[in-house]
Amino acid sequence: MPGKPVLHYFDGRGRMEPIRWLLAAAGVEFEENFLKTRDDLARLRSDGSLMFEQVPMVEIDGMKLVQTKAILNYIATKYNLYGKDMKERALIDMYAEGVADLELMVLYYPYMPPGEKEASLAKIKDKARNRYFPAYEKVLKSHGQDYLVGNKLSRADVSLVELLYHVEEMDPGIVDNFPLLKALRTRVSNLPTVKKFLQPGSQRKPFDDEKCVESAKKIFS
Amino acid sequence: MSGKPVLHYFNARGRMECIRWLLAAAGVEFEEKLIQSPEDLEKLKKDGNLMFDQVPMVEIDGMKLAQTRAILNYIATKYDLYGKDMKERALIDMYSEGILDLTEMIIQLVICPPDQREAKTALAKDRTKNRYLPAFEKVLKSHGQDYLVGNRLTRVDIHLLELLLYVEEFDASLLTSFPLLKAFKSRISSLPNVKKFLQPGSQRKPAMDAKQIEEARKVFKF
Repeated sequence: MPGKPVLHYFDGRGRMEPIRWLLAAAGVEFEENFLKTRDDLARLRSDGSLMFEQVPMVEIDGMKLVQTKAILNYIATKYNLYGKDMKERALIDMYAEGVADLELMVLYYPYMPPGEKEASLAKIKDKARNRYFPAYEKVLKSHGQDYLVGNKLSRADVSLVELLYHVEEMDPGIVDNFPLLKALRTRVSNLPTVKKFLQPGSQRKPFDDEKCVESAKKIFS
Repeated sequence: MSGKPVLHYFNARGRMECIRWLLAAAGVEFEEKLIQSPEDLEKLKKDGNLMFDQVPMVEIDGMKLAQTRAILNYIATKYDLYGKDMKERALIDMYSEGILDLTEMIIQLVICPPDQREAKTALAKDRTKNRYLPAFEKVLKSHGQDYLVGNRLTRVDIHLLELLLYVEEFDASLLTSFPLLKAFKSRISSLPNVKKFLQPGSQRKPAMDAKQIEEARKVFKF
């Protein structure tokens, strides 16, 4: 079953976007099966395709993998984006988990009740500016290399660059205070595979929180 | 720097307990530096020991590792509890993520605001009974083996045992419909390293009640 991976999710960013980024960065072509209705999700559930009744689900190498992190780990391992040894993987995991924490706050933001949105956005900005971005700027400064770990591209770089783009859509100019992060973003964005993914018409999903919420509600609630 | 791993956390289960379980199951002795005051935590931060100003942090093999999953992944790899190949690791990760999600949901119940507790408790019970436990009962039934993946002990067996014990504390009736999970619980509990960890006097941490959490909240202002 060495066909293209098939991604099952609604047509929006959500929890599948980091997987799209990683596959694209690895130069892997993939197909998407967009869930549009409750029935679409119910069908996947009833035919036993979703171990925990949830998407994202990716069909890859004969497996029906759910859980975003399990999917990302598998892709990163398969395409050599997960470091050269146990210790590099530990650093990559630590960095990727930090990105995932901030990303989760960003993911939940559009679903917040109106009265809580302002505080939530303020928290995202604060955490980005004062906790996460400084930590990664410091990593890059400490070793002076082009990538976060092992002097070569890993999944941690891809995840971080995706996050930089997304947070900047919410808080324009935020990355300007972090010159090394900005340089990393430029460097990764200019890799041929990523450059292609950033072009219009790619499988990257637009920043459109309202539409994302709408699509999600059509299948989840 | 090949001494014992050193675990930095509060004297509580929280996000460090799954790490304690995994180290114990692997037969690895570890030390704990318990954070007992805001000053203890502040010192860790100021000394640059916490990448994201958060614990858990584990000093191991010259690294100061933060983030629960990064720590678990490293320990599992080092002690050969992470499957024999890429595909086994994918299954282990998929199962582990489900378990860690539910464990987190149950752990959070004691922390959540009182006005939300009833709804969240009901949700946790529903997810346990109708989503997660059936999924793992099905895995055990489908291959008929003693362990979840690869017919040998891996990290996911330890994570699942830990979860089943919390479920039992939470509401023992939730386990009654799952005979294979009950047998699994007995089997894994009987492994020598695990058995030892389950004895009184081990480094396993007890559940905290709402009052203890409230005290901790005052001290650490979370």
